[in-house]
Amino acid sequence: MVPAPAYLALSAVLFTLGAVGVLVRRNALIIFMAVELMLNSVNLAFVTFARQHGSIDGQVAVFFVLVVAAVEVVVGLALIVDIFRSRETVDIDDVDLLRG
Amino acid sequence: MLSLLIFLPLAGAVLLALLPRERQAAIRWAGLAASLATLLVAARLFQIFNPASGDMQFVAHATWVPTLGIGYAVGVDGISLVLVGLTAVIFPLALLGSWGSITERLKAFTMSMLGLETAILGTFLSLDLILFYVFWEAVLIPMAFLIGLWGSENRRYAALKFFLYTMAASVLMLVAIIALHVIAIDGLGERTFDLARLATLSLPPEVQGWLFAAFALAFAVKVPIWPLHTWLPDAHTEAPTAGSVILAAILLKLGTYGFIRFGPTLFPDALLAAAPLLAALAIIGILYGALVSWAQTDLKRLVAFSSVSHLGFVMLGLAALNVQGFQGGLIQMINHGISTGALFLIVGVLYERTHSRLIADYGGVAARMPRFAAVFTVVMLSSAALPGTNGFVGEFLILLGAFRTSAWWAALGAGGVILSVVYLLWAYQQVMHGPLVAKHPDRLVDLTRRELAVFAAIIVMIFAVGLYPRVLLDRSEATVNAVLARLQRPAATAVTVSPR
Amino acid sequence: MVWPLLGWLTNGLIGRRLSRALAGELACVTVAASFVSALGVLLAVRPAGATDAAVSIVIPLFRWLGAGDLWIDASLIIDALSLVMALVVSGVGFLIHVYSLGYMADDPDLPRYFAYLNLFMFAMLLLVLAGNLLVLFIGWELVGVCSYLLIGYWFARPAAATAGRKAFIVNRIGDAAFLLGLFLLFTQLRTLDILQIRDGAPHLPEGVRTLAALLLFAGATGKSAQLPLHVWLPDAMEGPTPVSALIHAATMVTAGVFLIARLDRLFLTAPVALFVVGIVGALTAFFAATVALRQYDLKRVLAYSTISQLGYMFVAMGALAPVAGIFHLVTQAFFKALLFLAAGSVMHAMHDVIDMRRLGGLARPLRWTAGGFLIGVLAIAGVPPFAGFFSKDLILEEAFALGLSTGNFLPYALALVTAFVTALYMTRAAMLTFSGRPAEAAAHPHEAPPSMLVPMTALAALSVGGGLLGARVAGEPLVEFLAPLIGVKAGEGAVVHPPAGLLVGISIAVALAGIVAGIAVHRGRRDPALGAIAAFLERRWYIDDLYDAVIVAPGRALARWLAGPVDLGIIDGAVNAVGRVLAAVGRAARRLQTGYARQYALGVLVGTLIIVGYWMLR
Repeated sequence: MVPAPAYLALSAVLFTLGAVGVLVRRNALIIFMAVELMLNSVNLAFVTFARQHGSIDGQVAVFFVLVVAAVEVVVGLALIVDIFRSRETVDIDDVDLLRG
Repeated sequence: MLSLLIFLPLAGAVLLALLPRERQAAIRWAGLAASLATLLVAARLFQIFNPASGDMQFVAHATWVPTLGIGYAVGVDGISLVLVGLTAVIFPLALLGSWGSITERLKAFTMSMLGLETAILGTFLSLDLILFYVFWEAVLIPMAFLIGLWGSENRRYAALKFFLYTMAASVLMLVAIIALHVIAIDGLGERTFDLARLATLSLPPEVQGWLFAAFALAFAVKVPIWPLHTWLPDAHTEAPTAGSVILAAILLKLGTYGFIRFGPTLFPDALLAAAPLLAALAIIGILYGALVSWAQTDLKRLVAFSSVSHLGFVMLGLAALNVQGFQGGLIQMINHGISTGALFLIVGVLYERTHSRLIADYGGVAARMPRFAAVFTVVMLSSAALPGTNGFVGEFLILLGAFRTSAWWAALGAGGVILSVVYLLWAYQQVMHGPLVAKHPDRLVDLTRRELAVFAAIIVMIFAVGLYPRVLLDRSEATVNAVLARLQRPAATAVTVSPR
Repeated sequence: MVWPLLGWLTNGLIGRRLSRALAGELACVTVAASFVSALGVLLAVRPAGATDAAVSIVIPLFRWLGAGDLWIDASLIIDALSLVMALVVSGVGFLIHVYSLGYMADDPDLPRYFAYLNLFMFAMLLLVLAGNLLVLFIGWELVGVCSYLLIGYWFARPAAATAGRKAFIVNRIGDAAFLLGLFLLFTQLRTLDILQIRDGAPHLPEGVRTLAALLLFAGATGKSAQLPLHVWLPDAMEGPTPVSALIHAATMVTAGVFLIARLDRLFLTAPVALFVVGIVGALTAFFAATVALRQYDLKRVLAYSTISQLGYMFVAMGALAPVAGIFHLVTQAFFKALLFLAAGSVMHAMHDVIDMRRLGGLARPLRWTAGGFLIGVLAIAGVPPFAGFFSKDLILEEAFALGLSTGNFLPYALALVTAFVTALYMTRAAMLTFSGRPAEAAAHPHEAPPSMLVPMTALAALSVGGGLLGARVAGEPLVEFLAPLIGVKAGEGAVVHPPAGLLVGISIAVALAGIVAGIAVHRGRRDPALGAIAAFLERRWYIDDLYDAVIVAPGRALARWLAGPVDLGIIDGAVNAVGRVLAAVGRAARRLQTGYARQYALGVLVGTLIIVGYWMLR
C-alpha cells in the first residue's frame, strides 16, 4: 500500500510541471497539454482524498473535471486550429490582438 | 390606466418596427398617431383626476422580484399629473416639428422618440424606487442615441458627455436606494422598495443628509443646477431639434421632479437644512445662466443657457418650501417646457432653412418671415415672463414664494427677470431686426402649414396657462399641500384661505 | 375696453387680408367705441351726484390664479380716477388713431401698426381700470411691450430696434422693483386688491409703508421716465411720431403718476417716500428742461419736455396734491399730443427731416401746423388762458404750500426755474422750426391731409380750453370730481394757504420772461455759444454715456468673461479634466495588457499563490 502523501506529492509535482509548462512554452498545443496535466494532477489529489476520507464526493468531482476538460479540449483545439488557419502559427506570443 | 399610458408609446414603437423603412410617410404618421393616442389617454386622465385629493390616485401594484421586495407600482398625484400632461403634449409637437429635418434612419428615430416617451412617463409615474431607477436610466439610452445619431458635427462628444455625466451622477442614487432598502429591512422588518412604505421610516438626520446628498446629486445634474450644467449646452446644441425640445422641455424636469417627489417625502430634515444652499445655487444659476446666454454666438447655445437660468427659477421656488414657491416651481416647469421647447423649434426652423446656428449669420429675418416673426415675438415674451403669458404666472409665484422665505432671494431673483429681457431681446434683435443678413435670403421662406400648426398649438398653451393657470394650479394644489405638510413648517405657510 | 382687444385680434390675425384702409378704420372705430363706452359709464355714474363720486364700482371678472393663501381676482374698478384716465386715454387715443390714418398712409405694413396700436389701447385701459394690482401690473408690462414693438416698428433700422430694446429693458428694471413692492404689500396685507390695499395701507408699520412706496415709485420712475431711469424715452422717438404722441407723451408715461394717485393712501402716509418722490420729480423736471435747451432733434426736445412735465406731476404727488398731478396729466396729454402731432406734420411735410438745424421758415407753408404748435408752446409754457397754465400753476402753489408746511422749498424753487427754462426751450424750438428763411430749399413742404389736421385742431381746442376743467374761475370741476376719492390728506393738519394771487403772478411773469428771453436769444435762429455748458447739455449731462460705461459695457464684459474663461475654462474644464484623468489612468493600465498570454498566466499563478499563502499563514 502506497501511503497517501506519496500520491499527493506526485500530484503536486505534476501540477508544478504543468504550471511551469504553461508559463515557459510558447507553442499553444504544448501549453494545452500542460493545462491538461494540471487538471489531471488535481484529479489525482481529489481521488486520493476521496479514498482517504472514504467519501465519494471527490470521485464525483473528478468526473466533473473530466467532462469539463473534454469540453475544453474540444473548444480549445478548435480555437487553435482556427488561429493556425488564419495566422499560420501556434506560437501564442504572436497572438497579441488584445495588447493594450 | 397608468400602465396603458406608460406603455402605449412603446407599443407604438413595436408596431413601427413592422413597417418597412422606405415608407417614410407611413412611419411619420404612425409615430404621430402613437403619441397622439398617448395624449388622448393623458387627457382622459386629466379629466377624471380628482383635484381635491392630495394622495396618489389610480395606483396599480404588481410584484416583480418578490424575493428582493421589488414591485411594479405606479400612481399619479397632482404633481406628476401636470408633468405627464406636459410630456404627452410635447411629444406629438416634437415629432411633428421634426418631420422636415429628419430624413435618414427615420424609423429608428421615431422608435427612439416613442421609447423615450415611455421611459419618461414611467419615471414620472413610478412609485417603486427600483422601478423609478430603471425608467430613469432607460431615459438615457434613447436620448443618447438621438444626440449621437441625428445630431450635428460634434454629436459624439456631446452624446458621450451627456451619457457619462448623468449616468455617473445617478449611480450614487442607486447606492442610496439600496441603502434605504437595507435600512428598511431593520426599520420596517420587510424587504421593500415601495416609496409609500419607505416614507414611513424616520431616519436620523445624519443618515438623511448622506442619502439626500446622493439623490440630490443625481437630480442636480439633471436639472441642471449650477455648476453641474456643462453637459447641457453641448447636448442641446448638438442634438437634433426634436431632441433638444424633449431634452429641454421634459428631461430637465425629471431632476426637479425628483426633488419634489423624494425630497420632502424621504428626507424632510435634510431638505430643510439644504434649502438655503439650493436657493443660493439656484440664484447663481439664474444670474449666471442669463449672463452667459448674453455672450453666446450660437443661437442654440443661448437658448440652452437660458434653460439654466429658467431652471434656476424652478429650483428657487422649490427651495422656498412654501405653497407659492412649489406651485410656481411646478408651473414654471410646465412653462419652461412650452416656451423653451418652442424656442428650440424656432431655432430648428431657422437651421432647417439656412443650416447655420450662428447669430451673426442672421439679421432682418422679420422682413422675410413675418409670420415667423410674430411667433418668435410671442414665444420670446413668454420666455421673458410677460404678464398674460404663462411665464409670468410661474415667475410671479416663485418670486412671491421666495420673498416670503427671504426677501433677498426674491430681490436677486428679480435681477434675473431683468437679465432675461436683456439677452432675449438682444438675440431677437440680432436675428430678426436690422437690415437683411443671410447667406441665402431666398431660403428664408415663411412658416409652412405644418410648422404653423405646431406653433399655433404652443401659442394657445402659452396664453391658456397665462390667462387661466388654475387649470394646472387647482389640480396640483392639494398634492403640494400634502407634500409640504411633511416638512412641518410653521403653520403660517400651510394655511389655505378659502375662496371668497 | 374690450373693443381695442377685438381690433387687435382682427388686425393681427386677418389684417393682411383686409384692405389697408379698412384695417385703419377698424382700429379707429374700436377705439372710438371705447371712448363712447367710457363716456356712457361716466354719464351713468354722474347722475348719482358729484358727492358720490368717491364710490368705486368693482366689476369682478374671474378668479385668475390661486396658490395657498394667494388669490388673484381679475377685476375692474370704475371710479372717478379710472374714468378720467380712461376718457383721456381713449379720447386722445382716438384722435391719434385718426391722425395715423394720414400719417402712416404710405406704410406697407399698416395692419401690423394698427394691431400694435390697438393692443396698446387695450393694455392701457386695462392698466387704468384694473381692480387688482397684479392686473394693473399686466397692463403695466403690456404697455411696455407695445411700446417696445411700436418703437421698433421700423425694425429694419438698427437705431429703432435698439431704442425699442432699451426702452423695454429700462422699463423692466423699474418693473422688477414694482414686483418686489407687490410682494411686500402682499406679505403684509395678504391681498393685492387695490381697494383693500387702500384701506389697509395706513395701518401698516411706517417702515413697511415707506419701503413699499419707494419700491413702487421705482417702478414708476421706469415707466414715467424719471431720473435715473429716464434714458429710454428720448431714444423712443425712433418710433413713428403718432406713437410718440400717444405712448410717449400722453398716456403710457403717465402710468407712474397714475399709480401713485391710485395708491394715494399708501403714498400719502409715507412721508419719507413722498419726500423722495417730490425731490426726484423736481430734479427730473429741471434736468430734462435744461437738456431740452440744447437738442437739435425736434422730437427729442419734446421728449425731454415730456420728462420734465412728468417731473412736475411727481412734484405734485410729493406735495400731497395728487389731484393737481392728475390735472396736469390731463392737460399735458392734450398739449403734448398736439405738439407731437405738429412735429409729425412737419416730418410729414419735410420727408422725415427732424433736425431743427435743417428746418426753418415753415410758418408760411404749414400754416395750420404752425398755429397748432404755437398753441402747444403757449400751453406748455404756462401762459394764461391756455390749459397748461392752470395745471402748472396749481402744482406750483401746492409745492409752495409744501414748502410752507415742511420747510422744504427745493421742489418749488426747482419747479419755478424749470418753468422759465421750459418757456425758453419751447420758444427756441418754435423759432428754429418755423421762423426765418427756409433752410432747405430743395424740399417742398406741403400741408398735411385733413385726417391729420382734424385731430390736431381738436387737440388744439382742448389745449386752449382744457384748463377750464380745473380752473378756479370755472369752479374746478375736475378737482371736485376727483377730490372726494383721492388726496385725503390724512393727519396733515392745517395746511397754510399761500397768497394765491402773488404766486399766480410770479408764474405768469416767469413764463412770459421765458418766452421773451427765448425770442431774444434765438432771434437769429442760432444758439448762444456757451462752451462747456452747451456740450454738457448736448450730451444730456453725460448720463447715457455714464450708463454705457458703468453698467452696459462691464455687464457685457462680465458676460463674455463668464461664458469664456469661467464656463468653458473652469467649470467645463473641471468636468473634462475628470474625464481626462480617467482616460490617463486607462492608458497607464493598458501597459499591463502586453498580449503575452503566459504573463497573464504567471499573474494568475502568483495571485493564486498569494491568496493560498494568505489562507495558510493566517
